Amino acid sequence: MSAHDVEAIRRQTRTYVMVFAALAVLTVVTVAASRLDLNPGMTIAVALLIAAVKGSLVAGYFMHLIDERKAIYWLLALTVIFFILLMFLPLGDAADSIGGVPTPV
Amino acid sequence: MQIPYTVEARPDTGLYNAKLGIWLFLASEVMLFGALFSSYVLLRTGAESWPRGSEYLNIPLATLNTMILIASSVTMVMSWASLKLGDFRKYKLYMGLTVLAGFGFLIVKYFEYTAKFAHHYYPSTNTFLGIYFTLTGLHGLHVIGGMIVNGYFWGPGSKLWRRDPERFANRIEVAGLYWHFVDLVWIFLFPTLYLL
Amino acid sequence: MSALVEERVGHAHPADHHPEPFWRKYIFSQDHKVIGIQYGFTALAFLLFGFALMMMMRWQLAYPGKPIPLVGPLLGQNNAPGGILLPEFYNQLGAMHGTIMVFLGIVPLAVGAFGNYVVPLQIGAPDMAFPKLNMASYWLYAVGGLIMLGSFFAPGGAANSGWTSYPPLADIATQGQTWWLAGMLFLIFSSLLGATNFLVTIIQLRAPGMTWFRLPFFVWAQFVTSFLLLLAFPALQAAAMLQFMDRVVGTSFFLPQGLVISGKVLEVAGGGSPLLWQHLFWFLAHPEVYVLILPAFGIVAEVIANNTRKPLYGYRSMVYSVVFLGFMSFLVWAHHMFLTGMGTVISSFFQTTTLIISIPSIIILSAFFLSLWGGSIRFNTPMLFALGFLPMFGIGGLTGLPLGLAAADIHLHDTYYVIGHFHYVVAPGTIFAMFAGIYYWFPKITGKKMSELLGKIHFWPSFLFINGVFLPMFWQGLAGVSRRLYDGGQQYAHAQDALWLNEVMSVSAWCLGLAQIPFVINLFWSLAKGKRVADNHWEATTLEWSAAPSPPLPHRNFHHVPTVVRGPYEYSAPEAPDTYLPQNGEADEKAA
Repeated sequence: MSAHDVEAIRRQTRTYVMVFAALAVLTVVTVAASRLDLNPGMTIAVALLIAAVKGSLVAGYFMHLIDERKAIYWLLALTVIFFILLMFLPLGDAADSIGGVPTPV
Repeated sequence: MQIPYTVEARPDTGLYNAKLGIWLFLASEVMLFGALFSSYVLLRTGAESWPRGSEYLNIPLATLNTMILIASSVTMVMSWASLKLGDFRKYKLYMGLTVLAGFGFLIVKYFEYTAKFAHHYYPSTNTFLGIYFTLTGLHGLHVIGGMIVNGYFWGPGSKLWRRDPERFANRIEVAGLYWHFVDLVWIFLFPTLYLL
Repeated sequence: MSALVEERVGHAHPADHHPEPFWRKYIFSQDHKVIGIQYGFTALAFLLFGFALMMMMRWQLAYPGKPIPLVGPLLGQNNAPGGILLPEFYNQLGAMHGTIMVFLGIVPLAVGAFGNYVVPLQIGAPDMAFPKLNMASYWLYAVGGLIMLGSFFAPGGAANSGWTSYPPLADIATQGQTWWLAGMLFLIFSSLLGATNFLVTIIQLRAPGMTWFRLPFFVWAQFVTSFLLLLAFPALQAAAMLQFMDRVVGTSFFLPQGLVISGKVLEVAGGGSPLLWQHLFWFLAHPEVYVLILPAFGIVAEVIANNTRKPLYGYRSMVYSVVFLGFMSFLVWAHHMFLTGMGTVISSFFQTTTLIISIPSIIILSAFFLSLWGGSIRFNTPMLFALGFLPMFGIGGLTGLPLGLAAADIHLHDTYYVIGHFHYVVAPGTIFAMFAGIYYWFPKITGKKMSELLGKIHFWPSFLFINGVFLPMFWQGLAGVSRRLYDGGQQYAHAQDALWLNEVMSVSAWCLGLAQIPFVINLFWSLAKGKRVADNHWEATTLEWSAAPSPPLPHRNFHHVPTVVRGPYEYSAPEAPDTYLPQNGEADEKAA
C-alpha cells in the first residue's frame, strides 16, 4: 500500500467523522422542525428535504458514491426514474379532479 | 480457467464483480421499499383521516435509534478503512461496535413494539399502524440480515484476511454498502412515519 | 495478450483439483451448465403439469357437468364428486394454471435454463459471475415450486382467485392463497438473485474483444430481461407481503371500510384500497410479460441467423428497440386497469404509452421477417419453430392493439379475447421459441442430435392444433364470453352462438397434448441413444459453438479464453462468401 493511499484513507476517515456530526445535527433539526406548526405541505417538504440531505451524505460519503463509476450512476438514475413512476403515477387518479370535480349533467 | 474480476477491477467498468452485484441488489431494494412507500402515499391520500406519528409512536426512542444506526454506519465504514490501512485489530473493534449497535437498534425496537402491543395497538388496528409495523418490520428484518452477515465477517469469516486480504477488504466494502443502505432507508422511514 | 488474461486472479473451483462427489456435481452444482439443465427439466415438468390442469378445465368447458374420463375419479370428492369438476376446483385449476405456466414454467425455462446455459458460453466466460448464488437461485425456485404444488393439499385447496390474486377476493380466500403468497416470495427472491447474476456476468465477464455491439442478440435480450426482473419484481414482493399481512395479521391494506361479504360486514379496520394491489401487481406483471417474450426473441434471432446463412437484418435497430422496449415496459402497466374507474387523464396516459410500446416490437418482428429475404433457408426443426413463431407473435401482437385502446377495451376486457391475445404471444409465441431453442442447442448440451423426423412430427400437428385452441377465443371474446367462467358462457343469452367453439378448442387442446408425445420421446431417446455429431453441428458463428467438446468443459467452458474478432453473425461474409466466420479468433489464428 503506497504512502499516498494511506494518506488518502486517513483523510477519508476525517470526512467520515465530519459527516457523522452533520447527520447527528440534522437528526436533531428534523425532530425540532416537526414541532413547528407548519401547514401540511410545508411539514412534508421540510421533513423530506432534510431526509434527502442526510441520505445524500450517507450515499455520497459512506457509500463512496461521490467518486463512483459511471455504470453505478446510470443504474441508480434508472432506478430513481422507475421509483418516481411507481410513486406518482398511481396518484393520477386524482388528476381528473384538477380544477374541481365536474358536476354531473 | 478462473472467474475474472472477483478482486481486481475490470478496466472498462472500473468495478469488481461483487461491487456491481451489490449495487444492483440495492437497486432492487430501492424498488422494494419504494413500493411500500408508494403504498403509504396511496393509503394516506385516500384516507379520510390520518393520525400524526406522535399520537401512536415514541419519538424520543426512535430518535435514539436513528442516532444508533447512523453511528453504526460510521463504525462500519471505519472498519473497512482500517482494513485498507492494514489494521486488522482496528477492523475487529469497529466491526464489533457495528454489530453491537445493530443489537442496540433491535433492543430499542423490541421496547417500541411491546409498548404498542401493551396499549393494544396492533397492525390490524388501523392502516397507519398497519403500514408502520410493515415498514419498520421489514426494515428490522433487513437489520437482522445485515447483522448476521457482519457477525460472520467479524467472526469465522475474518479468516479470509490472512489468505487474501484484498478480497476480504472488498467483502467488507460490499457488506458495508448493504449496511449503509439499511441506514439510508431508516433516514427516510423515521420522518415519514414518526414526524409527519 | 492471452498470457495476461490467463493470469487473472480469481477463485479456483474445487473441480480444478479433484473430482466432485455426486451430490456436489449434480444436485448442488455450481456449474451454470448443470444448473441450466436442472432449471430446464424442472420447468418442463411444470409446463406439462400446468398444461394438464388446463386439459381438465377444457373438458368442463366442452362438456359441462359430465365426468372427466380416466382422471375424474382420481381428483377426489372434495374437488370433483363423481368426476365432475366443482366450480371451486375449476377456479383453483385456473389460478394455478396461470401461476404455474408463468412463474414455474416459462420464466425458469427461458431465463433459468436457456439464459444460464447459453449466456456465459456466448460471451466467452467460464461461468456466471456468482456460481454459489446461481445454485441458491435454483433451489429457491425449487422450494417455491414445491410450496405451490403443496397448496393443492391445503384445506380448501390451492389459490383460486386467478393468477392475479385481486383483493378483496384474494384477501378472504381459502388457505391456499397464503401458500401462494409464500411460494411467490421464494420465487421472487430466486429471480432477483438470478437477475443480479446475469447482469454482472454480462457486464463484467465478456471475453476480450466482445464489445457490446458484437454480442449475440440472445445476450442483449437476456440483459434487458434481467433489468426487468430486477426492478419490477420488488413491487410484487411488497404487494405479496401486504396481502400476507391482510390475510394472516388482519390488516386492511386492500380492504375498504364497510365491505359486506355474504350479508355480513367484514370486521376489519378498513381504509385500504383494492386498487393499491392492482397498481403494485401490474407494475411487475406488465414487465413480466416482456420477460416472457424477450428470451424468445433472442432464441429466434439465433436460429434465424444460423439457418438463413446471413447476418440478422437490422441488428442495431433490434438492439435499440429491445432496450427501448424494456424501458417502456415500466410505463404501461395500468392498461390492465382501464375498467377500474381510474379517470380519463391517467387512462389516456397509459393508452398512449401502450401504443408507443408496440413500435419496438414491430421493428423487431419486421427485422426477423426481413432477415429471411435472400437467405439460404435450412428448414430444420429449430427453424420450423422459429418460422412458426413469426406469424403467431404477429397475431398476438396485433390483437393486443384493441386491448391497449381504452375505448375498445371496455368491450374486450376480461373476455376470451384477452385470453386469446396473450396465449398467442406466449404459447405459439414463446413456447415455440423454447422448442426451437431445445432442438437448436441440444447438440451443444449433449454432443448428440435429436431426430429430425420426430421433430417435424412434433411441429406440424402442434402448429395446427395450437391455432385450433386459441383462434376461436377471439370470436368468443367478441361475442361477449367472459373469462374465468366455470360453465364457459352457458348462462349467457348473448353468447349462445359462440358456445359450439368450446368443443372445438377442447378437442384441439387434447390433440395438442398428444402432439407433444413425439417431443418427449425424441428428447429422452436422443439423450440415451442419439447420434453423435460434430461440436459445431449447425455451423454457427457464436462463441458457444467454438467451446469444444460438447458439452463444454465443466467449470471452465473453453480451453483458452476466447478472443472475439468480429460480429456475431458473419455468415456468407464478402471475404468468405461460401462459408461462415466464427466470432472466436482462435480459428483465424490456427489458419494463419
